Amino acid sequence: MAQINSEIAFTYINTNKKLTAVAALGILLGMAIYIFMNSMMAGFGKMSDESIFKVSPQIRIYNDQEISQPIAHDTDKLPILINPKIRNTHNKILNPNQLIALLKNQEKVKIVTPQVTQNVFLSMGMSQLSVKALGIIPDEAEKMFNISQTMVAGKIEDLKHNLNGIVIGSGISEKLSLRVGDNINILSSKSVNKTFKVIGIFQLNNKREDDSKSYINLMAAQQLLKENNSYITDLNVNTIDPYKARDIAPKLSNLLAYKAEDWETANETLMAASKMRKIIITFVSTTILIIAGFGIYNILNMTVSQKINDIAILKAMGFEGKDVVKIFVTQAMVIGFIGVVLGVLVALFMVNILKKVYIGGDIGYFPIQFEPLKFAQGIIFGLAITFLAGYIPAKKAAKVDPVTIFRK
Amino acid sequence: MEVALKTENIEKYFYDPVKFQVLHNLGFEVKKGEFLTLVGKSGCGKSTLLYILSTMDTGYSGNLYIDNELVSNYSLDRLAKIRNEKIGFVFQFHYLLQEFSCLKNVMIPALKLGNKSKEEIEHLAYEKLSVLGMAEQALKPASKLSGGQQQRVAIARALINDPLIIMGDEPTGNLDSKNTNIVFDIFQELAHNNKQTIIAVTHDNDFARNSDRTIEMQDGKIIN
Ligand SMILES: Nc1ncnc2c1ncn2[C@@H]1O[C@H](COP(=O)(O)OP(=O)(O)OP(=O)(O)O)[C@@H](O)[C@H]1O
Ligand SMILES: [Mg+2]
Repeated sequence: MAQINSEIAFTYINTNKKLTAVAALGILLGMAIYIFMNSMMAGFGKMSDESIFKVSPQIRIYNDQEISQPIAHDTDKLPILINPKIRNTHNKILNPNQLIALLKNQEKVKIVTPQVTQNVFLSMGMSQLSVKALGIIPDEAEKMFNISQTMVAGKIEDLKHNLNGIVIGSGISEKLSLRVGDNINILSSKSVNKTFKVIGIFQLNNKREDDSKSYINLMAAQQLLKENNSYITDLNVNTIDPYKARDIAPKLSNLLAYKAEDWETANETLMAASKMRKIIITFVSTTILIIAGFGIYNILNMTVSQKINDIAILKAMGFEGKDVVKIFVTQAMVIGFIGVVLGVLVALFMVNILKKVYIGGDIGYFPIQFEPLKFAQGIIFGLAITFLAGYIPAKKAAKVDPVTIFRK
Repeated sequence: MEVALKTENIEKYFYDPVKFQVLHNLGFEVKKGEFLTLVGKSGCGKSTLLYILSTMDTGYSGNLYIDNELVSNYSLDRLAKIRNEKIGFVFQFHYLLQEFSCLKNVMIPALKLGNKSKEEIEHLAYEKLSVLGMAEQALKPASKLSGGQQQRVAIARALINDPLIIMGDEPTGNLDSKNTNIVFDIFQELAHNNKQTIIAVTHDNDFARNSDRTIEMQDGKIIN
C-alpha cells in the first residue's frame, strides 16, 4: 500500500528528470558550500587553538596581585581617604610541592608543571634587551608545549642538566645576533649577574613570543632571584580535554585558593574574534543551504500545480491526504538525497584539494581537514531542509478538493 | 432485494456567486445489481448529485447510505477508504494518469487497496483490459491513446476492485456508437451477472431507455 505511493513518486521523478536534476543541483551546491565552509572554520579554529597551546598552558595557576581594600566599611557619612596599593609584594606560590601533588590527583588533569616567570636583561656588548625568562622543568614543559617541534637550532633536552643554558626565541637571536654556543650575560631584577650559554633557538611564528621569550632551567631561575628551590610563581596545568578547561579552572581555584586562569579567558581577544568568525560563517552557510531548500520548494510547488489533475484522480480512487503527502515528500526526499550524497562528494573533493595547498608563513598548509562532525551536521541539516521544502507543498497537495478540479 | 445506496432529503446550495439551491430534497434508493441512469437537462444538477453519491463532495445536508452504512458524517480519510473499496468512478473526460501505462492506471486502485499480491493484481488488470478490448494497449503510456481508448481504460480501472457501485458521469460521452454499445453491454452484464450496481449520468436516450431504471431530474428535483 505504501509501495504504490513511492512508486508514483518515482514515476514523477523519472518523467521529470530535468526538474529533478535542477533541484538536486541546488541542494548539491548548498550542501557542498555548507560542509566546506564549516570544515574550513573548524580547521582555522583548531589551528588557532594549537598556536595558543604552544605558548600558554590550558590552566595557569598563580598568585594574583590584589589591591588593598579599606578596612572600615560602614562609614555612613564620613568621607574616607584611601590609597589603594598592591597588597602582596611577592607573587610566590606557597607549598608548591604539596599543591602539585594535589593537582596531579585531580581527575581530568593531565600534566602539572611548576614555572618561575621573571623579566631579565640580556646584555651583549653594548646592546641590551629585556626578555621574559621562564624557568621550567624541560621534560614537563616539553610535554605541555611541544617545544622541540618549534626548535630551529639546538635541542631542548640539553637544558635538562644545564644550569647555565638558555633557549631563546628567534627574534632575540636576530636582535642580539646570537647563535647556538654563544655566551650571553643575564642581569636579574635582584641584580644577579650571570653568564649563560645559548643552547637552542625556537621559532613559534608568533612575533611577540619570538622576540621576548626564553627558557632557562627552573633552578637557574630560582638562583637568579636569590630564592630557594621551593620558590614557584606559576603552576601550569593541562587537562585531558582542553575545551573543558574553562569549567575546571574555577574548581582548581577553589581547591588551591590561588587564581586559576583557563586559556580561553587568558586569550579573550583571540577567542572573541574566533567566535565572531564562527557566527558569520554559520550564518552565511546556513543561509546558502536554506536558499537551496527554497529551490526544492519551488520545484515541488510547480510539480504539485502540474499534477493537480492526478491528485484529484488519486483522491477519487480512494487515496487519502496522507498518501498524497507521502508521494510528494518522497519525491522531495529522493531529490534531497541525491543532492546530499553528491554534495558530500563534492565537499570531500574540495577539502582534499585545499588540504594540499601550501600557503606558507605561519599557516603552512591550508588548515582544513575532513571534519566528520561537520559532514554529519550538513547531511542532517540538508535532509531536514529538503523534508520541510517538500512537506509544505505536499500538505497543500493533500488539501486539493477533487470535485472542484473535476468541475472545471 | 438488498439496497446498495440510499439517500434521504439531500439538499445542496451553492453560495458563489449568489446563494442558489442546486439540489432539493432528494431521496431515493438503488438496489444491488440495478442499472440506473440519471437524465435531465444540462445544468439540472446531475453531476452535482453524482459527486455527492460518490462521497467526494461532502458539502450537503441529508443522509447518504452506502451498503446500509450512513456515511454522511464520516471523515475524509474514512470516505477515501470507502471509495477505494466500494465505488468505481468513470468520468466524462478520460481522467487517466498520463505518465503511467494503461496497465498501471488500472492497477493503482487495487495496489492502494492492498488485498492482493502485485502479480494477482496485474493478472486481474489484464483481464479487465481485455474485457474492454484494450489488452493490446496495456503497456502503452496513457497519453498515447485516443479519447475513446482512454475512456475504456478508465472503465477497466473502475472495475478493478470489483466495487459495489460503479458511477459514471457521461461515461459514453466521448465514445462512438459502437463503443457506446460495448460499454452498455458491459454495464448490463456487471449489473445482472455480477450483481454490481451501476449509476450513470447520460444524455443518450437509447442508453437510458435500455437501462433498468431512469431517474429524471429538473432544476435539482426528481421529476420521474
Ligand atoms: N462550483 C459551483 N458553484 C456555483 N454553481 C455551480 C457550481 N457547480 C455547478 N454549479 C451550478 O449548479 C448547477 C448544476 O450543475 P451540474 O454540473 O450538476 O449540472 P449537470 O446536470 O451535470 O449539467 P450537464 O449535463 O451540463 O453536465 C448548474 O446550474 C451550475 O451552473
Ligand atoms: Mg454534468
